[in-house]
Amino acid sequence: MKARVTVTLKTGVLDPQGKAIEGALKSLGVAGVASVRQGKVFDIELDVADKGQAEQALKAAAEKLLANTVVENYRIEVL
Amino acid sequence: MKSAVLVFPGINRERDMARTLKLVSGVEPAMVWHAETELPAGTDLVVVPGGFSYGDYLRCGAIAARAPIMDAVRAHAERGGLVLGVCNGFQILCESGLLPGVLMRNSQLKFICRDVHLRVERSDTPFTRGYNAGQVIRVPVAHGEGNYVADENTIKAIEAEGRVIFRYCAADGSLAERSNINGAINAIAGIVNERGNVAGMMPHPENHVESIIGSTDGRGLFAGLVAQFQNAA
Repeated sequence: MKARVTVTLKTGVLDPQGKAIEGALKSLGVAGVASVRQGKVFDIELDVADKGQAEQALKAAAEKLLANTVVENYRIEVL
Repeated sequence: MKSAVLVFPGINRERDMARTLKLVSGVEPAMVWHAETELPAGTDLVVVPGGFSYGDYLRCGAIAARAPIMDAVRAHAERGGLVLGVCNGFQILCESGLLPGVLMRNSQLKFICRDVHLRVERSDTPFTRGYNAGQVIRVPVAHGEGNYVADENTIKAIEAEGRVIFRYCAADGSLAERSNINGAINAIAGIVNERGNVAGMMPHPENHVESIIGSTDGRGLFAGLVAQFQNAA
């Protein structure tokens, strides 16, 4: 089973990397960019058949390691 | 004072730390590998040194914070034992939940490697008793992610309980925005936990302990820790 965990910064948390990317896109002349926030994507292959079990494992992975919930949110998708 | 210095893959300041601990306390610290599950018996102080554990992969300190030895460090802290994290060690302690908050990318996006001034906020902790409150010390920093962030309530609690032990400041101790090198909230450079036995700081006091280097301002931190255990004995 394939899955994806997306980790993004919470609203209001300063994202200097996103800001730098935003500046670079603007200087490249990419039209219409208002703002950029940077995050992380984890593509995970799971060794389970049951979707509920997969979601449980992904939630544990996100909470225990993939995201720092002080400043980050995460989203789980079983693909 | 019996100290233990944790060693993770990618850590590179453990020898500076061990040298300083030996120099100031007179006792050779134990070097403890991350895969160990116990600290040496009778450990008074655990030090999590600086460096780039696991190449700063995922987030700084994130993987080291989940290493087997960290359960022993947590138990040591629960018993009231002292824990000091410096630089990557501070990041590791935050990631492990032993200290609140997180160290984010420096607001100017640059790795900063230079001497800074710190104002010692209080002298009644085991980590700062070698200084006077309000004293300004000069020690080096070397980090790309030292921008201390926590949610509003946590910051309020930390400030209300006087748990900030060091702030970035100007040479005269004033808090100009320019002196806050990495954009940390309230210019926070170092904090202690609620109980006051776990401390984390971004700057490197262990590098300013010998006059040949040009400053011995970091020595007070270690001398204070040694005094703590002499009095207890």
